[in-house]
Amino acid sequence: MTSCEETEEEPRFCEEAPGYRAKMAAPIDLHLEFGGGAELLFGGVKDHHVKLPSQSEPWNVKQLLAWIKTNLLRERPELFIQGDTVRPGILVLINDADWELMGELDYMLEDQDNVVFISTLHGG
Amino acid sequence: MCQVDEDYIDAQLETKAVLSVSRKYAFCGDCFKEYFIHKFRAMLGKNRLIFPGEKVLLSVSGGPASSALLSQVQEGLSPKTPKKLRFVPGIIYVDEGAACGQSLEERGEIKSQLEMIFRASGFPFYVVHLEAVFSLPSSVLQCASSALDRRNESYKEAVDGFIQSACSGTQRETCQGSNSYTEVQTLLSELSTQEWSGEGGTVTNKSQPFTPEQTEAVRTLLASVKTLTAREELLKTLSRQHLILHTARVRGYSKVMMGDSCSRLAVKLLTNIALGRGAFLAMDTGFSDPRYGDIAIVRPMREYSSKEIAFYNRMFKVPSVFTSALDTKAPEKASIHRLTESFISKLQTDFPSTVSTIYRTSEKLNTACPRPIVDGELTEKCLLCLCALDTGAEEATAFHATLISENLSRNRMPVTIPALGVAKQQCCASGGEQKESCGDRVDGCHSVDSFTPELQTLLCYSCRLIIKDMTSVNSVPEYILSEAERKKRRRVMKQEIQDFLLNPENDAVEMNVS
Repeated sequence: MTSCEETEEEPRFCEEAPGYRAKMAAPIDLHLEFGGGAELLFGGVKDHHVKLPSQSEPWNVKQLLAWIKTNLLRERPELFIQGDTVRPGILVLINDADWELMGELDYMLEDQDNVVFISTLHGG
Repeated sequence: MCQVDEDYIDAQLETKAVLSVSRKYAFCGDCFKEYFIHKFRAMLGKNRLIFPGEKVLLSVSGGPASSALLSQVQEGLSPKTPKKLRFVPGIIYVDEGAACGQSLEERGEIKSQLEMIFRASGFPFYVVHLEAVFSLPSSVLQCASSALDRRNESYKEAVDGFIQSACSGTQRETCQGSNSYTEVQTLLSELSTQEWSGEGGTVTNKSQPFTPEQTEAVRTLLASVKTLTAREELLKTLSRQHLILHTARVRGYSKVMMGDSCSRLAVKLLTNIALGRGAFLAMDTGFSDPRYGDIAIVRPMREYSSKEIAFYNRMFKVPSVFTSALDTKAPEKASIHRLTESFISKLQTDFPSTVSTIYRTSEKLNTACPRPIVDGELTEKCLLCLCALDTGAEEATAFHATLISENLSRNRMPVTIPALGVAKQQCCASGGEQKESCGDRVDGCHSVDSFTPELQTLLCYSCRLIIKDMTSVNSVPEYILSEAERKKRRRVMKQEIQDFLLNPENDAVEMNVS
């Protein structure tokens, strides 16, 4: 986060395109939803509006998962996250589309994105 | 920023795809909805088991698959659908809160949420609590023969007859087949000797239909089972099978629809093999389950993967209520079901055709023809799960070998191996270290121990394992014990009059010879 401010003061060393710097600085608002039983791990709350802090590179889903693990997950991380991806059986939808079609972990998040995690392991 | 340099498109409509079902094929929203509905209709149409005008009970647990089932049926029956579905649905919900340790407020809340959903559908619904298991009659465990022989009336004739009677404006009751059918259904509903306390959809019953003692009895029953696997199996048998079956019989339904999805059936298939139910795989995972005779259990959702169901529910805002079950938040190795589920879902990520392969294998299993008549009577059924008994201990079976080794490890003489009769019991104090229940209650133990092996002879292999896992059989509901008594008496009686019975098999052989 501090590197961001440094590059702003000395634009000469910043190699990205000019418009990129504006995006890089802003924090991102996301609407996270949990369903199918996954909400049990998040205190029973299904809807979360979160603000991701700004950082040098844009957020991708992999980093989002790590952020969720440290900041939102209340208990039993192994029931949600396995390694650096979600546990098998948890369906992830980004803006109502399957994340497999968006690039899975490499999808770059944008402001006001809607990410839904539905656990398909429970219940019928 | 979005990385899209290869946009996934739906091949048919050339619009942006939203769901990928397999590595090669992706759907857009509208195509997916068509595909989903088409699969449901095709499943029902292909199997031709549900006759027009039949009463079908939908068992809804509130979970995603059964909620999707309910919404499909609603759509199929809505006035604007071309080629409407032709059966009469009802809904049943079994409240298993007592088993999972939920408080009364939680159960009430979940119940009211579900009731709202059921009311919106417009179908009659029944809420049954797990505590009602203690007031079931023992007729639940008897297999009623199929009321109306549907083989006489082919499916096509039934459909034609239905369309004709609908077109001519006459009542459905004048149709010959369904007339006698409804008569027999009312007769069947008189099987129960006790008042059935299932709540109906139109009656608002403010008082609790069960007492705290019954809740406690359910807890004791489940607490007496040592392992989570056996507990889950027992709960499934009691609530899913017996309670739903009884409600269907009492209310006059002839079919029950369950919401088992493809993924769950794959898990169930492997789990059942591990539990010793390999002989009944076709019945447990097939499209229709005919073991009860008069009521067939049907699984129309068995071709949908849980991903498709979750996506459909999300896209079309199908309401579902999450209820925690026995194995919520349990560790991975807590029970055989959990372990199998996690094994399959992990395998599925790397090999996406795992579930469909298992499903295709289960499709090839057919319900076996009943074994040839033994001793002039149809093959005996297991007391709990009503499948044909597979524990006829002939000399050279693996089952016989396990019985021998079990007896040897309990320091009993191998001479008195319990075949099909009653075992001679030494006092368990001599083999005390093996049986844990001995340590707990010494005085009551003898009566429990003498009853359990007799009960076991009436059960199939996997049900025996459940009973073996229980510390005491006394907390089992009354109807099971009384039915066990009845079957034992019949067996003893049959052995007594064995010599006087005519054996139709022998007669046939003699006639052929002469």
